[in-house]
Amino acid sequence: MSVKLNTRQIGEVTVLDLAGRITLGEGSSTLRDALKDVVAKGQKKILLNLSEVSYIDSSGIGELVSAFTTITNLGGQLKLNGLNKRVKDLLQITKLYTVFEVFDEETTAMRSFT
Amino acid sequence: MQAREDTEKEYVNQQFESTLDSVDRAETLIMDAATAAGFPEDDLHKIGMATRECMVNAVVHGNRYNANKSVHLQVSGAQDYLKIRITDQGEGFDPAALPDPLAEENLLRHSGRGIFLIRAFMDEVEVKSASPHGTEVMLLKKKSVSD
Repeated sequence: MSVKLNTRQIGEVTVLDLAGRITLGEGSSTLRDALKDVVAKGQKKILLNLSEVSYIDSSGIGELVSAFTTITNLGGQLKLNGLNKRVKDLLQITKLYTVFEVFDEETTAMRSFT
Repeated sequence: MQAREDTEKEYVNQQFESTLDSVDRAETLIMDAATAAGFPEDDLHKIGMATRECMVNAVVHGNRYNANKSVHLQVSGAQDYLKIRITDQGEGFDPAALPDPLAEENLLRHSGRGIFLIRAFMDEVEVKSASPHGTEVMLLKKKSVSD
């Protein structure tokens, strides 16, 4: 029901593979804690792989936005990859599709980090 | 509205504790009702999303997780629509006073998108004060006609 998370390091980029539902409670707090952990380790190039995420609620969106703001303010980059149609629609409805850099392919996303 | 009520079937009429577990259980009941009522997949997603946001509002912002307060869920419908009423026992709020989450200055706010998403995903949304206190939100979804 909730979210599962795995972390990979590819060069300077930390990839967080998420699966399941990012909703208020365990789902959003798991994401928040993982991102805090990554930032605490000094990582500033982060790719969230959401290809196995079926559902995000407004709390999950809030976590994505907070993480984006924190990492951007630290001079880092947080990007999204592999969104399903419903999550893409959600970002479009909330006008956040223009805020986040969103990719369909991980290789393209990786190349975009500067 | 009268014609609607004449042929309505009640799917759920239940009180819930003010917990996140109640949000999950209510979402399951509502999705079961919408599935039984024959709503297509895309509508099911929208109903699930909107009602989850509404239950979260009732539990978190309305009742503030207060164990002495409950959330009432009523789900009814007819052939072409599903109607969901979610009532909390909180202090109430003015939906018109909520900031616009699409305004440039609010885009990067952590919260404040719940009611906006509810309105985006449902066909009718009414927010009113409940008696003697609290907020009642009525959500209505019309069944999409398949191509």
